Amino acid sequence: MSSVNDILLANRESGKGSLVGYYPAGYPTLKDSVDALVAMAENGCDVLEIGVPYSDPVMDGLVIQVATEEARAAGFVLRDLFEVIRQVRARVSTPLLVMSYWNPVLRYGVEKFAEDMRASGAQGMITPDLVPDEAAQWLEVSQAKGLDRVFLVAPSSSNERVTANADASKGFVYSVSTMGITGERATLDALARQLVGRVKSMSATPTCVGVGISTAEQVREVNGYADGAIVGTAFVKAYRDEGLSGLVAKTKELAAGLG
Amino acid sequence: MKLSEQVGPYYGEYGGRFVPEPLIAALDQLEATYEAMRIDPGFIAELAELHKTYTGRPSIITEAKRFAAHFGDIRVFLKREDLNHTGSHKINNVMGQALLAKKMGKKRIIAETGAGQHGVASATAAAFFGMDCVVYMGQVDTERQALNVARMQLLGAEVIPVTSGSRTLKDAINEALRDWVANVDTTHYLLGTVAGPHPFPTMVRDFHSVIGYEAREQMLELTGKLPDAVAACVGGGSNAIGIFHAFLDDSDVALWGFEAAGDGVDTPRHAATLSMGTPGVLHGAKSYMLQDADGQTMESHSISAGLDYPGVGPEHSWLKDLGRANYHGVTDAEAMNAMKLLSQTEGIIPAIETAHGLAGIEHLAKILPAGANILVNLSGRGDKDMETAAKYFGLMGDK
Repeated sequence: MSSVNDILLANRESGKGSLVGYYPAGYPTLKDSVDALVAMAENGCDVLEIGVPYSDPVMDGLVIQVATEEARAAGFVLRDLFEVIRQVRARVSTPLLVMSYWNPVLRYGVEKFAEDMRASGAQGMITPDLVPDEAAQWLEVSQAKGLDRVFLVAPSSSNERVTANADASKGFVYSVSTMGITGERATLDALARQLVGRVKSMSATPTCVGVGISTAEQVREVNGYADGAIVGTAFVKAYRDEGLSGLVAKTKELAAGLG
Repeated sequence: MKLSEQVGPYYGEYGGRFVPEPLIAALDQLEATYEAMRIDPGFIAELAELHKTYTGRPSIITEAKRFAAHFGDIRVFLKREDLNHTGSHKINNVMGQALLAKKMGKKRIIAETGAGQHGVASATAAAFFGMDCVVYMGQVDTERQALNVARMQLLGAEVIPVTSGSRTLKDAINEALRDWVANVDTTHYLLGTVAGPHPFPTMVRDFHSVIGYEAREQMLELTGKLPDAVAACVGGGSNAIGIFHAFLDDSDVALWGFEAAGDGVDTPRHAATLSMGTPGVLHGAKSYMLQDADGQTMESHSISAGLDYPGVGPEHSWLKDLGRANYHGVTDAEAMNAMKLLSQTEGIIPAIETAHGLAGIEHLAKILPAGANILVNLSGRGDKDMETAAKYFGLMGDK
C-alpha cells in the first residue's frame, strides 16, 4: 500500500490531483459506515478520513454534529472505530486516516490508540483540536510507530506557526480554507490559495485544503494549487438524504473535478 | 514560588490550549494585550474607576449571626458579591474583558451562559461600551432561566438557544467557540469562567481576585485576623478562585469549594467534577472533568444551571492535587435548604449556585475548631431562581 504522502505526490505529478473523503464511523450504523467508506474509496476518493464521533465537536458544523450524535445514540463506542478500520482495510487499499478530537485518544491512552490504529490498518490521524505545541506525546508515539500525523494551518496562523505545523505534520498538513467550521460554502475564500502559497513556500510537506468544499468545480480549483481537496459535510449530507446510492453519486460527481 | 504567582498556560499538568489552530492567533492576541494591560497603570486605573462607579465595588461584608447560630460555635461572614451591579460576581470579569476587547478594537462580544448571570453581565457591559452582543445559552437553560433571557434581550443582546448535545452550558460553550472561529477578526469571546484555553483561566482569575483581596483586608479589619476557612461554590470555578486567590499563600486558611452533587455523588445525576471526575481535555484545557471510559463528556446534573457543567477550571484541578484546596459535594436538597435558611435567618435570598457554598457551612462546622471564622463568597442573588424555588418549596399553592 502506498503512503498518503506518496499518493498525493504521485497524483500531483500526473496532474490528476487528489480527493480526500471524510465519513464518520458508526453513522448511521457500523456496517453502514464501512459500506460508505468502501464506496467512497471505490468511486474516486484517494484518501479516506474516518471520523470519531465525539460529544463536543467544536470544529464541526451542524451536518456532522448531527450525524455523529446519531452514531453515538446508535451505540458507537471507541473500540468500534478499530473494527470499522479493519473491515474497510479488508476491502480496499486506500490509505485511511483517523480524524479525532483529542480527549477520546487521551482517555484511551495515546500509545494504545496509536497501536490499535496501526494494527487495524490505519495510516495515521488528523487532530483538529490538538496543535503541535500540546502534542509532545503524539509526536513521539506517531514517530515510533510510523504513523502519519496531520495538524492544521489556518489563514490566521502566523508564518512561524505555518512552518512549525507543516513541518510537524507527516502525510500532509491540513489547510483550513476559511475562518470557520465544517460545512458547505458557495465560494471558496481567496484566503485558501494564499494559505497554501505560504505552506508551499515554507515547508516541503504536502497540503490538502478542507472546510467548505462541496462541488466538482471547487475540487478542481483547489487541486490547481494544493495537493488535494478534503470533503466531509457534502458526503455526509449525501448519505443522510439519499443513502449509499446518493453517496456514490456524490463521490463520482466530486471525483469528476479531478484531472 | 508563591502559589498566588502561578500563571498559565499550565497549572501543574493542567491547562494548556487544546483548540483548533484557527483560534490560536486570537488567543495570542488576547494574551499579548492582557499581558500589556495587566501592568498598565492607565488600564488598571480605568478598570478600578469602572468598578467604583458602575459595578459598586468594594462589596461589603455582612456577618450572618442568626444563620451561623444554626451550626454551633462559629462565625460566618458573607462577601456580598450579590450586591454588585447585575447581581453577581460575574460583572468583575466582564468589565475587565470588555475593556480589553475595546483596547483590541473589537466591536462584537459573544458569551456563553448557564444560569444567565454571565450572559446578563456580558449584555450589560456590551450596552455600557456600545458593542454588539450575542449570548449562547443551552435551550434547557433558556427555559429554566426565562427571566434572565428577557433581561439580556432588554439590554439589547441577541440570545441564541443552543439545541445541540445536552442543550446546556457545555454546548453553549461549543457554539460560542464555533462562532469565534468564524468571526475572530471582529469578535471577542468573553468567556465567563476560569476554564477554557490559556489565557482565559489566568485572566478571568485575575479579574475576580479583587473579591479575595478586598475580603482579606475587610476580615483583618473586622476580626483582627485572617479567617479560618474560605468557602465558595464551584461550577467552572470563577467565584471560588476569585475569593481563594488572595489566601493561597496563607497556609493556615483552609480553602473549601462546594460542588453540585445533584441527586448525590453516588448517583449518575451530579456535577461534582473535582470530587468524582478524572483528568481530561474539555473546552480547550486539561482539567478534571466528567467523562466516560471513551473520553466522551458526560452530562452533568444540578438544580442550579450555573453549576451544571461537567468541567472545571485547571487551577482548581491543580489546587486539588496539591491538597491546597478541598472540594466537597452538596446535593440539590442541601443547597435548597441552605437557600431557605439564609433567606429566613438573614433576609438575604442567595442564588441557588451560591447556596451550595452556604450548605457547605454545615460540613465545615463539624470539622473546624470551636469559634472558627468562615468567610463565604455570597456570589449571587436569588431573584433569578424564584421560579425554581417556588416550584421546589411549593410556594405558589396558597390560592
